[in-house]
Amino acid sequence: MEKIRVKAINGVKTVYFPVVAILVSLLIGSVVILATSQTSPLVAYESLFKGAFGNLRAFDDTLLKAIPFIFTALSFAMAKRCGIINLGAEGQFAIGALMATIVGVGMPDLPLVPHLLLTLVAGFIGGAIYGLIPALLKVQFGASELITTIMLNYIAKEIISFMVNGPIMDSASSLYPQSAPIPGSARLPAMFAGMRVHWGAIVALLAVVFYYVYLWKTKSGYELRVVGLNPNAGHYAGMNIKRSIIRSMLLAGGFAGLGGCIEIIAVQGRLMMTSFTVTYGFTGIAVALVGGNNPIGILISGVLFGGLQAGALRMQMMTDASSSVVQVIQALVILFIAGRLMFRLRTGRHLRQRTLAVPPVAMDERGEKR
Amino acid sequence: MDGLSSFLASVLRLATPTLLAALGIVFSERAGIVNIGTEGMMLIGALSGVMGSFYTGSVWVGALIAMAVTLLFSMIFAFFTVVIKADQTVIGTGMNILAAGLTITVNRAVFGASTSPPKIDVFSTVKIPLLSEIPVIGPALFQQPMPVYLAFLLVPVAGFVMFRTNVGLKLRAVGENPRACDTVGISVMKVRFSAVLYSGLMAGLAGAFVSMGQMSFFTENMISGGGFIAVAAVVFGNYTPRGVMFASLTFGASRALMYRLQAASTGIPSQFALMLPYLITIVALCLVIRRSNKPTASAVPYIKE
Repeated sequence: MEKIRVKAINGVKTVYFPVVAILVSLLIGSVVILATSQTSPLVAYESLFKGAFGNLRAFDDTLLKAIPFIFTALSFAMAKRCGIINLGAEGQFAIGALMATIVGVGMPDLPLVPHLLLTLVAGFIGGAIYGLIPALLKVQFGASELITTIMLNYIAKEIISFMVNGPIMDSASSLYPQSAPIPGSARLPAMFAGMRVHWGAIVALLAVVFYYVYLWKTKSGYELRVVGLNPNAGHYAGMNIKRSIIRSMLLAGGFAGLGGCIEIIAVQGRLMMTSFTVTYGFTGIAVALVGGNNPIGILISGVLFGGLQAGALRMQMMTDASSSVVQVIQALVILFIAGRLMFRLRTGRHLRQRTLAVPPVAMDERGEKR
Repeated sequence: MDGLSSFLASVLRLATPTLLAALGIVFSERAGIVNIGTEGMMLIGALSGVMGSFYTGSVWVGALIAMAVTLLFSMIFAFFTVVIKADQTVIGTGMNILAAGLTITVNRAVFGASTSPPKIDVFSTVKIPLLSEIPVIGPALFQQPMPVYLAFLLVPVAGFVMFRTNVGLKLRAVGENPRACDTVGISVMKVRFSAVLYSGLMAGLAGAFVSMGQMSFFTENMISGGGFIAVAAVVFGNYTPRGVMFASLTFGASRALMYRLQAASTGIPSQFALMLPYLITIVALCLVIRRSNKPTASAVPYIKE
């Protein structure tokens, strides 16, 4: 009985902060809607909700939009578990999409299964390599990943622009900067007839399972988490901090790359200049934070943010409220989750406890002790 | 010679937003706060400057409004990082997304999504008498918009404040050893809070110069990494105002070179030219190995015992 009670309390605690954060963010978002449009916030939110969860078609769209966010959230979370802030999922996503397009379009004569697998692997590797760059720069030169990952996002954008305007531009329709369509043998089909949600959802589920098994059931995943919690402890226990950083960023980049690959081969069908207008990478950060970097949490909050995305489009269509309000709400969710201590019911004591539990660690950027 | 002169002039102009923002960030960094949210603050400054100039008809009132609005905006960052003691990088990222969302929403509401940009008063070139007559250097250095002079004149001022005044000493002490400061009665929270607000003020001016000095309108996400480059300039400049100036000039030169490469028919695809400032920033970050001016308590929240 006692056990169940403790579990229930813990459950409430895990859900309390995200729910409060989302509610407060929606409240502030309604002020923004009031100030910038003629629409009543209630009407705007009603159409947002209907567009996300109103009927089966809306929910289908929500799931479709959730898939890439789950991948980029895994990317942020995997790096965060090792103490690395990966702001580069945006670029890793794009490079994964690019590699998938090259393999997808470049080998049209392959049979279905090997072609599809090869394309998925290419997307993963593309993202992983792009995630490896900031990790190497960090462990070799001490370059902060905060800046390098952001810079690499802008570089990725130019790489994509160069590729779709040149080397992989569709020769059949040379008017538009876009690649040739991905052939059927490399496309991920829909799961159910008449619905848009595709088999990428299963790949996303498998990725979440992998994330869980790797971090909590393997030795190297355990090391990665120890390094993330307290690099000093990891160092004294004889763990190789640099190796953990590199592993975490390889996997983080790989997750994002796989997400980008799937977005192209299952939804968009070809690589375009406009393929990445949704900020997949940055929304992933919000998803990971709301999900507490936990596997189940990421799945649930991924669907939630997929709903926000799907609903935002309907809201913009039905009312004069801008879809960018959703970006404001996402940002507020990030602020309130990261600053969740402000919602603590009893203040004061927890802060002291937190300092005692995790002393400030004097480490330089390369993960070496000062 | 004309080519060299105009190249130098554009280096100075392109370095200015980075320098203005970085001169603010260097203070917050020295106090122990990593202000990744600068990118978003510059966006806020860019839009509020344009709106201010549009409604008042004066670029200077616009710039002041930009600084005031950005100062208020940076209070959110200061509240979460200094008072709530939340993770600075995550809050900074949240601030950037918030600023992007807010500026897009407000810009669409005020100016509409697709109409041509409104005509506004922008910073005009100010010729310094006599000095601007010097060959080559004159037109490059002394025929610039006001904020350019301001940015470079602020460098020695910032250096003086940081290294020769009580305020600067307190600031650096708070970044090095907050606990000791607390013991001798310096309010760590107050120092850090004001340092963040100052960096917000400067980011506001920097953003206003982007939208009203380099451009004459606001576009969505127009800062495109400029705030992060300013943060990188502080690291590359080894946390001193003078170093920050040289770092900003380096990054300014890389942007000037980018425009030259784009304009000249070199056969280099324009995308590679556009990558240049970002690549140079990464290379610069890799060159600063083990320099010692980084505050010890950088990014570590201070919690009273």
